[in-house]
Amino acid sequence: MNSTRKMPIWRILMQWEVILFFMFVAMIVVNSSLSPYFLDSNNILRTTFNFMEKAIIVLPMMFIIICGDIDISVAGIIALASSFMGLASQHLGVGTPALIFIGLLTGLSVGALNGLIITKIGVPAIAVTLAGFFLFRGIAYAMLGDMAVTTYPESFAYLGQGYIGNTRVPFELVVFIILAIIFGIVLHKTTYGLNLFAIGNNSTAARFFGINVNRIRFFNFALIGLLSGLASVLLTSRIGSTRPNIASGWELEIIVIVVLGGVSIFGGAGNILGVVISIFMVGLARFGMGLINVPGIVMNIVMGFLLLIAVLLPGSLRQLQSKILTKQQQR
Amino acid sequence: MKKLLMVLMAVILVVGMVSSGALAKVRIAMVVKNLGNAFFEACRDGGLEAIGLGEDIELIFRGPITPTAEGQIEIIDSLIAQKVEAIAISANDPTALVPIARTAMAAGIKVISFDSGIAEGGRILQLDPSGPEFIGRQQVQIIAEMIGYKGEIAILSATSQATNQNIWIGWMEEELKEPAYKDMKLVATVYGDDLSDKSYREAMGLFKSYPNLKGIISPTTVGVAATGKALEDEGLSGVIELTGLGLPSEMKQYILNGTCKKMALWNPIELGYSATYIAYKLVTGEIKGEVGEVMSVGKMGDITIGEGGTAVMAEPYVFDKSNIEKFAAIY
Amino acid sequence: MLEKVVKKREFILLVSLVSLIVIVGLRSPRFLSIGNFRDIMDDTALLAMVAIGQFMVILIAGIDLSVGAGVALTGMSVALLHQYYPGIPIFVIVLLSILIGFLLGSFNGILVSLLRIPPIIVTLATMGIYRGFVALISGGRWVSAHEMSDAFRNLPRGGFLGVSNLLLVAILCVIIFGIFLKYTRTGREIYAVGGNEIASRYVGINLKKIKYLPFMIAGSIYGLAGLLWVARYASAQSDTAMGFELVVIAACVVGGVSIFGGSGTTLGVVLGVLFLGIINNALTQVKVSPFWQMALQGLIILVAVIVNTVMEKRTQKLVTKRRNL
Repeated sequence: MNSTRKMPIWRILMQWEVILFFMFVAMIVVNSSLSPYFLDSNNILRTTFNFMEKAIIVLPMMFIIICGDIDISVAGIIALASSFMGLASQHLGVGTPALIFIGLLTGLSVGALNGLIITKIGVPAIAVTLAGFFLFRGIAYAMLGDMAVTTYPESFAYLGQGYIGNTRVPFELVVFIILAIIFGIVLHKTTYGLNLFAIGNNSTAARFFGINVNRIRFFNFALIGLLSGLASVLLTSRIGSTRPNIASGWELEIIVIVVLGGVSIFGGAGNILGVVISIFMVGLARFGMGLINVPGIVMNIVMGFLLLIAVLLPGSLRQLQSKILTKQQQR
Repeated sequence: MKKLLMVLMAVILVVGMVSSGALAKVRIAMVVKNLGNAFFEACRDGGLEAIGLGEDIELIFRGPITPTAEGQIEIIDSLIAQKVEAIAISANDPTALVPIARTAMAAGIKVISFDSGIAEGGRILQLDPSGPEFIGRQQVQIIAEMIGYKGEIAILSATSQATNQNIWIGWMEEELKEPAYKDMKLVATVYGDDLSDKSYREAMGLFKSYPNLKGIISPTTVGVAATGKALEDEGLSGVIELTGLGLPSEMKQYILNGTCKKMALWNPIELGYSATYIAYKLVTGEIKGEVGEVMSVGKMGDITIGEGGTAVMAEPYVFDKSNIEKFAAIY
Repeated sequence: MLEKVVKKREFILLVSLVSLIVIVGLRSPRFLSIGNFRDIMDDTALLAMVAIGQFMVILIAGIDLSVGAGVALTGMSVALLHQYYPGIPIFVIVLLSILIGFLLGSFNGILVSLLRIPPIIVTLATMGIYRGFVALISGGRWVSAHEMSDAFRNLPRGGFLGVSNLLLVAILCVIIFGIFLKYTRTGREIYAVGGNEIASRYVGINLKKIKYLPFMIAGSIYGLAGLLWVARYASAQSDTAMGFELVVIAACVVGGVSIFGGSGTTLGVVLGVLFLGIINNALTQVKVSPFWQMALQGLIILVAVIVNTVMEKRTQKLVTKRRNL
């Protein structure tokens, strides 16, 4: 990909991030006027616990959607990984490092399985991950039955509940920030990232460019599996218990955050900045609404309208861009 | 652009500072397993009744969309940020909520659990609606009497992970070991997940898999109502006896037409009333929350705090044709 | 030759279905009784109705994630209306349910066709919005059996010749829309838009209309389904039909509908629905541990999508080969 093509895309994308940033600021203004407890650094830091695990999965989901795929099985992977960790802890009495390994390995294997079926057999991502949505959580139910696992080693709790040293900065937040930086660099500064955009824009052309499309897509699914495993480790550690309904509904929330962040659902466009702003906007908006005791189910109404507005605004711009690109391609 | 941002930041800071003011009310939060459940709505009604007895008490009623531990953790987090005075919670997981509950208590919030309890150390006291042993045993006693102490019975529960139901089922199985029930056999335990359509389907499944089924125990308000409808639809009223823990208003017609001749339940309004009352009295210091203490709980009379900080409210009411009309009007 | 291959997909599904029935029947003879089949039909009727609507949406390369929320919202709306105005005659309630569903579906349709927002995003948003409204209008309370009149609760039952009203409605939906899709011009246009949107535009198909219609129809159907659902289970709650959309999509996918749009048959959808329905019904009878239900559902869907993809690829290969001859 040559850099001359980057400029027009970047310019149009910038507008989404600007709109998003204004929405973010507006959200802060509204929330802080509605509740005196909003702009408290302690409260805000503490509330990040509630959405950091989702944020960690948002990052690879960004890769997946930019590439033109989707994964709605991630919450099922969380449940499955948590179940394996739980049973290992309860029956084998393994320690924290082993638990982390089990969680990551489960996520990675399952993600790789998804990737294999999608790339080798060619089943559409949405269909495979729809099956996975039922299958993975289903296995968790089957393994746990009517038990919940609550025996975890004490050191395990640090991962999800701990702070950095004596500060009030949660360990989970730091993990996310590190990952966000890595993902941002990969997406915008490496060939891998460029390839993602290429595949998302036109996978056939990308293949002719010499990009190994299937290998990259496989890797994406394995990656999101791995990070779902990581999220599962953190979440299980945070709540100190494993139940098969863990992380219910998370897959759709994650996708909403990604799309709100400016990643086109058709693939081929997206920006780490937008996604990170989106994560905090959604997370803090929920926090703010919670402070005035808005029920969760009503929060979804706000989220729904937010999503529509956010898509309507630059939506037309994006179509203009695609039209220009299509015309260019047709020549 | 930068200037705009600086102005916005200044506005936010000013707004933040200006709107922080002291709130005089005593705010008691009632956190339930999930929203949209009639049982907990009744608890809320009881809570509203309790706060009417004092001045400037506010009841904050919250619950997650899906009955998960992490959903409740997020809510308690929000309540801590709002600096409420007390929290009364029916927990989705006894151990998962301990850390956040401890954080709340460290912040000076009085935390008690009711209905589905938090483990010791995570609350000042747990209010059981009735003794779990009594509840479980009574269910078996009721069904046994209805089927003449002979035949196959099945249990249709809520979710496979529901703490309350599992404890009660445990006691049911204990009761069945008594010699009086030697001709009765528990053939299946199925789960309706507290969803009316799933419970209905599971009930239908029971009728077919066990043609000699004589009785069904459904210790959950959604389940017993759905089973009643299923029995009615299949014309099996009276052929298969039904009992459980049902809301009188929902079960009225099944009791009157003989589908469910007898069932039990405590009064969720009274449960909500007691929990809120006790929470308030803990805030004012009138109740200390120590083992052995006899609490005077308004219209409910005296309740003693027993071992492990567990208090039992009352014995369940038994509903049948004679009293159903009266209670159906209340809850 | 080509036609035979395409028909084969439904054929394989049918054969699998029959073998499944036989296997389960051997293990539990009660499964094969007429009463049981009638129960399976009644049970899957709601799924079948809504699946036909979803099928149409998928055909135009769309997806409707708001289905569950739509069922819940229409169900709760009519239940509340019935509770507070018991004087409203039942047939008016029926019409109202369709109307509400029509409005909900149209909202989706207009956003997709006029404002050109991708369906997955629109319906992701409306899923949250509609379900939020269920809680808002009900205040979190249930409408339960004793608040519904006998006429209301018997609505799905009634019927004649041993076929319940619910089943009749479902069968009618399947037949009407099956014919609509296959034999009317608009129906063929729906297939065309899903198959190749750009080409359809050049051929003169009114894209706006064709992109709006499936959502509107799906909405009207799930409006009626919402009423029948709350009447059947005698309860309207905030979490009614939670997650239903994914089961509906799964039924379509198992039935061989291509997620990319443009291909699939009504027969396939019906078979997909029956498959999932029979699995649910069979599992409870073969005494498979209830904990395995969800996993088995997922496995079935996985196998189905793999088989469907493999078959589709074979068809494509044949098509390309033919062209090269």
